[in-house]
Amino acid sequence: MKLIAQHENCSGCNTCRLACAIVNFQEVNPSKSLLHIEARFPAPGNYRIHLCDQCGACAENCPEDAIQFVENAFRVDSEACSGCLICVEVCPHDVMYEKAGSDVPVKCILCGECAKVCPREAIRLTEESTREVA
Amino acid sequence: MIPAYAGYILRVNLDEESIHKEPLPETLVRQFIGGRGFVARILYDEIAPGTEPFDPQNLLIAATGPLTGHFLPASGKTHFGTKSPATGGYADSNLGGHFGPQIKYAGYDVLLIKGRAQKPSILVIDDDKVKIRPAESFWGQGSLTTEKQLKNELGEDFQILSIGPAGENLVRFACISHDFGRQAGRTGVGAVMGSKNLKSIAVRGTKSIPVADLDKAYAKGKEAYQKVKAKPGFEGWTPEGTAGITNWTNEVGVFPTRNFQTSFAEHHQDINGKAVIERLKITDKGCFACPTPCGKYGHTKTAAGSAHVEGPEFETIALFGGNCVLKTVEEVAYANYLCDELGIDTISAGVVIGWAMECFEKGILSRDDVGRDIGFSDLDSVVFLLNKIASREGIGDLLAEGVKIAAQRTGHDSDHFAIHVKGLEWSGYECRNAPSMMLAYMTADVGAHHNRAWVLGHDMAGAWTNVHDLIASETEIAAQPKAIISDHSAAYVIESQHKRSLFDVLGNCRLQMMELGFEAEEYAELYSMITGDKKSWQELINVSERIWHLTRAFSVREIDGFGRHLDFPPPRMVEDPIEDGPNQGHYLSKADIEKLLNWYYTARGWNGKGIPTQQTLTRVGLVDVAEDMQKLGFI
Repeated sequence: MKLIAQHENCSGCNTCRLACAIVNFQEVNPSKSLLHIEARFPAPGNYRIHLCDQCGACAENCPEDAIQFVENAFRVDSEACSGCLICVEVCPHDVMYEKAGSDVPVKCILCGECAKVCPREAIRLTEESTREVA
Repeated sequence: MIPAYAGYILRVNLDEESIHKEPLPETLVRQFIGGRGFVARILYDEIAPGTEPFDPQNLLIAATGPLTGHFLPASGKTHFGTKSPATGGYADSNLGGHFGPQIKYAGYDVLLIKGRAQKPSILVIDDDKVKIRPAESFWGQGSLTTEKQLKNELGEDFQILSIGPAGENLVRFACISHDFGRQAGRTGVGAVMGSKNLKSIAVRGTKSIPVADLDKAYAKGKEAYQKVKAKPGFEGWTPEGTAGITNWTNEVGVFPTRNFQTSFAEHHQDINGKAVIERLKITDKGCFACPTPCGKYGHTKTAAGSAHVEGPEFETIALFGGNCVLKTVEEVAYANYLCDELGIDTISAGVVIGWAMECFEKGILSRDDVGRDIGFSDLDSVVFLLNKIASREGIGDLLAEGVKIAAQRTGHDSDHFAIHVKGLEWSGYECRNAPSMMLAYMTADVGAHHNRAWVLGHDMAGAWTNVHDLIASETEIAAQPKAIISDHSAAYVIESQHKRSLFDVLGNCRLQMMELGFEAEEYAELYSMITGDKKSWQELINVSERIWHLTRAFSVREIDGFGRHLDFPPPRMVEDPIEDGPNQGHYLSKADIEKLLNWYYTARGWNGKGIPTQQTLTRVGLVDVAEDMQKLGFI
C-alpha cells in the first residue's frame, strides 16, 4: 500500500489535512496534519502535494533505529526515540513533523484517510508494494 | 467553551495600538449565530449614529461563522462588515479562500478593528501573539505583490489579507484581497481598511476548534461530500464554475451589455466559461474544504500586457466582457488581473467605466475631461481608467467616488444611466424583463448586489431551479415574452434573501446548494452536530430573517432621509426599453416598480417608507431596536 499524489488534480482545498488531523489527533486543526499542500502562486499557479510515500529515509538515518516498518508503514517508537530530529532534516518530502510539547516527531502511518476524503482523487491509495523485497 | 466556535473576539484599536482578547458573548451567539449576524449586531451596537464611513471610529469587522473551518463542503468563508462608503448604510462583503478558518484556528471568531494607525501598518496574528508592525515598504504596492512578499517573509502557512493602491486612496469600491484571486469585493470594505492605514492582516493558527460531537459530525461531513459529488452539477457545473452561466444569461437576454443599454452580447461565445477553460486555465483553485472549486486560475496574454490571474468568473465576464464590451476572454482576464492587483471590485469598476464610456459617447465627458479618447470594446481605455481610478488622478478622482456620486457631479442627466441602487453599482444581471430579480436588486441591504437573492430562475424559467439545471437546459436564443408581474415576486425574493444570506451567517459557501442542489436540511443537521444546538433549517431561517430587519434598521438610522426612493432602480431601468436581443423592447414601468415594492413591504412587515414596524421588530426579537426606532422618530 502506498499513497500517490496526482498534483495536477489538487485544487488546494486542504480537505485532506483537516481529515488527517481529525482522524489521527481527534482535533479540528489542520496544523497538526501529517501532509502538506504547497500553493505556488502567483506563478507557476499550481499546487504540490507533499506526502509520505513510506520511502524509509527517516528509518535509514535514525541513529537509534527508532523508526521501524510495522504492518504497512514506518512508525516512530516513542520510547526508543532520542528526539534528535535527524529524521525531520533528512525527509525528502518535509513530512516528518515536530510536535508542539513533545520531543518525538510524528509521521504518516498510512491510514489512507486523506485519499478517502479527497474530492478530486489528487491523493490515491494504491496496492503497490511499499518496500522492495531484497 | 462554545462548541463550533473559537470562543473569542480580538479587538484592535489602531489609534492606541491596543489589542484585547475578550470572550465571545453567548447571547450574541444564540441570537445571531455568526458571520453576517455578528456583523449586523456589532455595527448596530458599537458604531455611534452618524459616524462617517472613513472616520476612524467606523469599524472594520471580520467575522467567521460556526461552520467556518469545520469538516463539511466549502467551510471557508469570512464575512466583513462596516458602515458603507458606497451607500452610507449597512455594508458587508464576504470572501472564501483560507483566511476565515485560519482566524478560528488562531483562536478568534471575530476581528474587530477600530481607529486609524498613525503610519501604514500590518496586523500580524500568530495564535496569541498579535502585533501591529510598520508597512511602509508595502504601501503603494499591489495586493498580489503584497501577498507574495508577506508570504515570503512570514511563511507560506500565514494567510494574508491585503489592499492595493485603490484601498489606500479610498476608492469607494476598493476590495480586500486574499489568496491571489479571492476578494471581499463589494461595498468598499477595502477603502475602509485603507482609511485605517491598514495594508494587510496576516494570520496563522495552530489551535483546535471544539465540536459538540466530533465522531458524528465527521461522519456526517464525509457523507455530505459524497452527496455533493453525486449531484449532476459536480461533473457538469464544476469544470467552468460561475463562468458557465454566460451562455444561458445571453440565451434568455439578461447579460448587461454596453452600460446596460442592452442585455445580450453577440460575442458571448468568446468570453464564456468554455473560453476560460480552453484559453486561460492552468488549474482549478478551491477555497478551504471545497469539493467544487469555481476558481479557475490561469494566464492571459494581451496587447496591453500578460499576467497570471484567477478568473474571470461570471461577474467579471458580465461587467467587463458585456458592460464594457471587451471582446475576448484574454482581455477580460487582463482587466480582472489589473483590478486584483490595484485592489478594485471588478463589478463596480465595470459599471463605473461603462458609465464613463457612455458619457464619452454622448459627449457628456470630453477628451479634455478624460485625458484621452475612451470607448466600449477598447482594452486600452479600461486599463487607462483603472489606473486612474486606483491613483485618483484626473478623471479617476471622479470615477473613484462610484457611479452615483460621479453622475451627480457630472450632471447632464447622466444619472439616467448610472446603474446602481443606494449607491452600490449593479452586478451582472439585467432585469428589465425579470421583475423578481429587479426587486431583489432594489431591496438588497447592501445595494444592487445579486448575492442576497438570485431569483432569475423564477423570472426566466418559470420556477426556482438550481443553477446547474438552468445551464444544462437546452435553451435557444429566442424572443422572450413580456414578464407578468405578480405578488409572487415578493415571496420569491424574501425566501431567497433569507436562504442565501444564511450561508453568510454560518460561514459556509452557498454554491453547493444554489448551483448543485445540495439539500438545505443537510446544513441544519451539520450545524446541530457541530454546535450541539439542535436547530431545523426553518429555525435557522428565522435567525436570518431577524438579521434582515436589523440591517434595514441600521441603514434607516444611518442614511439621511431614508425612504422608499432608495429602493428604486435607476431611470434607465424604468424608462428605456431594452435595445435588442431576446428581451428587445421590454422594460418595467414606474407603476410596476411601485407595485413590486408595495407587495414586498407588506410581506416584510414594513411601512410604506420601507421601515420595519414596531410589531415586526418585536416579532423577530428586536425589541430594543423597535424602541430605538421609536425614540428616533422613524416609526
